[in-house]
Amino acid sequence: MRVTAKEKSWKEISPAGVCWKASTQFLTGDWKTYKPVRDLEKCTRCLLCVLFCPDGAIHWKPEKGDIEFDYNFCKGCGICANECPAKAIEMKLE
Amino acid sequence: MQTETEWKFTAKDIAEKPDLFLSGHRACAGCGPATVLRLIMKAVRGPTIVTNATGCMEVVSSIYPYTSWAVPWLHTAFENAAANASGIDAALKILKKKRRIKHEHVDIIALAGDGGTYDIGIQALSGAVERGHDFLYVLYDNEAYMNTGIQRSGGTPLGASTTTSPAGTVIPGKLEHKKPIADIMVAHDMPYVATASPYYWRDLLVKVRKGLEVNGPAFLHVFAPCPRGWRSDPAKSIELSRLAVETCIFPLWEAVNGDYQLSTPSKVFALAPQKKKPVKEYLQVQGRFRHLFTPKFEKLTEEIQRVTDERWKRLLKKCGVEQRAKTTA
Ligand SMILES: Cc1ncc(C[n+]2csc(CCOP(=O)(O)OP(=O)(O)O)c2C)c(N)n1
Ligand code: SF4
Ligand code: SF4
Ligand code: SF4
Repeated sequence: MRVTAKEKSWKEISPAGVCWKASTQFLTGDWKTYKPVRDLEKCTRCLLCVLFCPDGAIHWKPEKGDIEFDYNFCKGCGICANECPAKAIEMKLE
Repeated sequence: MQTETEWKFTAKDIAEKPDLFLSGHRACAGCGPATVLRLIMKAVRGPTIVTNATGCMEVVSSIYPYTSWAVPWLHTAFENAAANASGIDAALKILKKKRRIKHEHVDIIALAGDGGTYDIGIQALSGAVERGHDFLYVLYDNEAYMNTGIQRSGGTPLGASTTTSPAGTVIPGKLEHKKPIADIMVAHDMPYVATASPYYWRDLLVKVRKGLEVNGPAFLHVFAPCPRGWRSDPAKSIELSRLAVETCIFPLWEAVNGDYQLSTPSKVFALAPQKKKPVKEYLQVQGRFRHLFTPKFEKLTEEIQRVTDERWKRLLKKCGVEQRAKTTA
């Protein structure tokens, strides 16, 4: 792998190997083949999908009283669709 | 200190808490351990330091220059998550004595996989517990050495095919049963030991909090399906963590100062044994057990059922729970 100009070379890396960038700057959303799409009518806002998503890609927005998908991080695993008690999520080909 | 009533985490409480295990980590899609870490980090009560042994969860969360940890986090070698936790505990004590830290208390969490716990980390863990260091050890059990390519560990169940116990014409997958690691920890006479599963998220979070609040060492054994290694559908990771409890192959309990107690999700199956599902239902949805459904190795599923029932019965005895007779209603 080539080090790009913006990344540090090994000479500049701290000896303890400190990671300093939050991984939220690294988008994993392009991994997915299928995308969760929610039926707003069916969703009961039980928030189970928020709790079970391995990638923290579903957020609860208290001000809206609703959940929101963050497709920047969603890897399309389908756990949310599988666990939704209301069967409100469908996995659709991207 | 939090009181018991404040532990009644609701889904909304948890969803509103900011993530301390951040998005953007590089775990596979549907990774059970990733959900486990996200949930665990929702139960912390204040300043917390995490130390993590080599393994999937360390690798995927600390790919230079990125970190998925919104708390101080230290990587440690494969074998010594607990030794690292002991060192942090000792350092904090000195810093406090010298008044060099402002916090009244800092929690320490040590994280490791089954390879790093059952096999390679057990002596460091045993020593740290014997010395009485104040930390919570979390074993996320994905039942093999996943990060290096699915080798069997002491936590791999009987009959599972791994790269070092491959099912073929000679052997039917792993030849030995899963080591009862949590019972081994109870035998250390430690203040708190528990098992948990991400499907039962509230039970898991309460146990994390209890483990943190206890003075001295605490051990939490968390079931964590790995779609890569288990050859299972990524969408089914949480479902599998439910099935493991429903079949009683991974029952939920806690031991406070050595006293066993069955946890609510598992109590159901003691009180109503007819609800207990056959282990086949759990095995058949995983590719690592595929060969057990061929005539050659079929007998092994019966052996898995037999040992599951035997261990379940023994657990009920330890918990002082009588299994009600199976009703044929
Ligand atoms: C003493 C030692 N032996 C072997 C390794 C190589 N190694 C790194 S991670 C790993 C497997 C970790 O397995 P586990 O603890 O079960 O965690 P998982 O990857 O499944 O999350 C191995 C064998 C090592 N780092 N140190
Ligand atoms: S699990 Fe289903 S019903 Fe519950 S919040 Fe998510 S989409 Fe809505
Ligand atoms: S598909 Fe998987 S990664 Fe995407 S939002 Fe659902 S649970 Fe999260
Ligand atoms: S190999 Fe398994 S445990 Fe490791 S990141 Fe992938 S799904 Fe998670």
